[in-house]
Amino acid sequence: MKAIGIILAGGNNDGRLGALTDHRASAALPVGSCYRAIDFTLSNMSNSGIGKVAVLTQYNSRSLRDHLTSSKWWDFGRKQGGLFVFTPYTSNTGNDWFRGTADSIYQNMTYLLRSNEEYVIITSGDSIYKMDYRDVLQYHIDKGADVTVVYQNMEGKDLSLFGIMQMDENKRLLGFEEKPEQAQTNSASLGIYIISRKLLISLLQEVVPQGGYGLVKDIIIPYKEKLNIYGYEYQGYWNTIATGISGYFTTNMDFLKKEVRDIFVNQYPYIETKPKDEPPAKYNYGAEVTDSIVGSGTIFNGKVEHCVVFRKVYVDEGASVRNSILMEGTRIGKNCVIENAILDKEVEISDGQTVIGKSMEEPIILKKGTKL
Amino acid sequence: MRKKEMIAMLLAGGQGSRLGILTRKVAKPAVTYGGRFRIIDFPLSNCINSGVDTVGVLTQYQPLRLNQHIGIGIPWDLDKKNGGVTILAPHVKGGDSGEWFMGTANAIYQNIDFIDSNNPEYVLILSGDHIYKMDYSQMLRFHKEKGAAATIAVLEVPMEEASRFGIMNTEADDKIYEFEEKPENPKSNLASMGIYIFTWSRLREALIEDNAIHADSDFGKHIIPKMLEEGQVLYAYRFRGYWKDVGTIESYWESNMELIKALPDFNLYEDFWKIYTNSDHQPPQYTAPGAVVKESLVSDGAEIYGEVRHSILGPEVVVKAGAVVKDSIIMGGTVIGEGTVIDRCILDENCQIGSGVQMGVGENIPNETKPNIYNTGITVVGANTNVPDNVVIGKNCVLYGETTAQDYPDGTIQSGKSVIREGIK
Repeated sequence: MKAIGIILAGGNNDGRLGALTDHRASAALPVGSCYRAIDFTLSNMSNSGIGKVAVLTQYNSRSLRDHLTSSKWWDFGRKQGGLFVFTPYTSNTGNDWFRGTADSIYQNMTYLLRSNEEYVIITSGDSIYKMDYRDVLQYHIDKGADVTVVYQNMEGKDLSLFGIMQMDENKRLLGFEEKPEQAQTNSASLGIYIISRKLLISLLQEVVPQGGYGLVKDIIIPYKEKLNIYGYEYQGYWNTIATGISGYFTTNMDFLKKEVRDIFVNQYPYIETKPKDEPPAKYNYGAEVTDSIVGSGTIFNGKVEHCVVFRKVYVDEGASVRNSILMEGTRIGKNCVIENAILDKEVEISDGQTVIGKSMEEPIILKKGTKL
Repeated sequence: MRKKEMIAMLLAGGQGSRLGILTRKVAKPAVTYGGRFRIIDFPLSNCINSGVDTVGVLTQYQPLRLNQHIGIGIPWDLDKKNGGVTILAPHVKGGDSGEWFMGTANAIYQNIDFIDSNNPEYVLILSGDHIYKMDYSQMLRFHKEKGAAATIAVLEVPMEEASRFGIMNTEADDKIYEFEEKPENPKSNLASMGIYIFTWSRLREALIEDNAIHADSDFGKHIIPKMLEEGQVLYAYRFRGYWKDVGTIESYWESNMELIKALPDFNLYEDFWKIYTNSDHQPPQYTAPGAVVKESLVSDGAEIYGEVRHSILGPEVVVKAGAVVKDSIIMGGTVIGEGTVIDRCILDENCQIGSGVQMGVGENIPNETKPNIYNTGITVVGANTNVPDNVVIGKNCVLYGETTAQDYPDGTIQSGKSVIREGIK
């Protein structure tokens, strides 16, 4: 592959995910019973034949780094290339936090300088999709583009959460508005960019020392006339957990749809994650589990309906759980009633408790390790 | 030179012929167990959990699936720069022709070079046939404390069953004075588990000497009696825990079903002493609206639209709407068609069962061709088998290969009949 990858996994999305990102970067958020958000992008990179990937992280990166301790699950345990995890560091030339997306790459310029690949694919770490970046790269080359921005037609969705692009009939970028109140088009950027490595180096050297720290704000938008920036329309499934609690909830619940599971679960190439080798899920006599996805090592004695259940969850007798997300290691006591809730990892609910959120759009969140 | 205190040699070449069609294309250690594991995962995981990081796996019978499963040992953290897992297959040596492994000890004899290259003090001999969790480092400590030449792990079995096992007759401190293979009148109930620790220098000597006499040199038959005769110090190491030889269709089925109990004797759910396995990927499983799943183990990626009771499902099994699976073991990748009823059957990996099939019905008549293997009512379907729609299949039947409607006279296979369609398409 003629490209290297950069995954921007620095943020917690300005706290839009509330308590869920108190202790972790959004890219480390658990998704779909057994994955973490970054697995999707990492697997896409690996499945697209990219052999060298940098993950730029800053915000509370412990769980993310834990997840990435060994890169072999994504086939990045290589002698050549492989997975690089970069965090801000101090040195005699400065000790800055990453001040923005462009700055985070600029501060790790050595990664770009020491690579020989012609192109760079820049993505976020908290989107859920399956994409072969080779198709985008081919488009980029065919168009003779300087920068290619992947977008999707998001008619009917809340466009104020996205960067909205205006393009001419050749898909050349004319305008780009970040999170507009009144969107001009339905074309929303997916935060996936392809650019030549040398051009990226020179652009970063131009803008970052002048205080331009954002990729979109300081490169894409100001350079849209000077550079040939093209849009690439992606029509497959794409969702993000970055937009907030509701986005996180619906992205997880999407896995209950067969067409979504077909993409991520049943069709090759697979989405890889760090294996945990839990035994099969166990359905005991009192189990009534319907319309749910389940991770391994989980034990059911009670009723679970329309839920996303992660690994090693325990649901005791007489309990009833509906429309909820139960993360790894949660325990639900006897005769509990749980509805419209997100239970973060290792939450323990003692017998007979009731936890009911307002709705699936506004679920109640119990923080990691909460004991009720 | 490399120096290892103890390395393991895992005998994984056996067919396990009493498992019938389940070992048609795979060696017994590669047969799946408990949904998502394979039998060999247990000794391999025991090794790494015990701190044994160098394992030679001896293969012979149908090694392909085993080789793919083990790979370079990543799932068990046995992908080591210094040590790790090595597959040892029979091979052509200098001179004219190669040799098969002719016996358990002969297999080790033929790999003396491998053991020497690791320069170990002790060698642990394991078989890939048993389900158990064991800390071999404790057994090694015992071996060293006793200053033994060989230590043999033993299980206390009920006295009335002792005549089915290799029995160690011991003195008060468990020093072995006699070994009896399946004695008619057992003097002790200490049954050999086929797990040995040898001081390598002693074993090396014995292997070379015995090989000159017996071409089929075997640990139980030759090496142990020989060492006892020579007056070497052999000790029995008592193992107290769950240990199962899943050697027959019935014991395989029973042992799997024991895992379903609310509190099974053998606990796979504790974080301590984990069992590792290799899987392509570990996606979520799905139970549809209207699905019923009770008293069952269900593995990653399975999709259940029908009813599953008292059964074990492997990875990515699909149970379609209206189908009923009960008292059965369905291995990975198998698809059960709509409205099909599977009762007390074992379905191997990647089978396609049509819709409206009834399997496991009728009288318990032992299998006509292999009554000693299939006689407890369990119908067994070999890997990659296709079964057409709307057929009825009895008990103790064996199905294998691409079967078509013509194979089912009047749409029925009576109890005890077999349909085997060999060949590569």
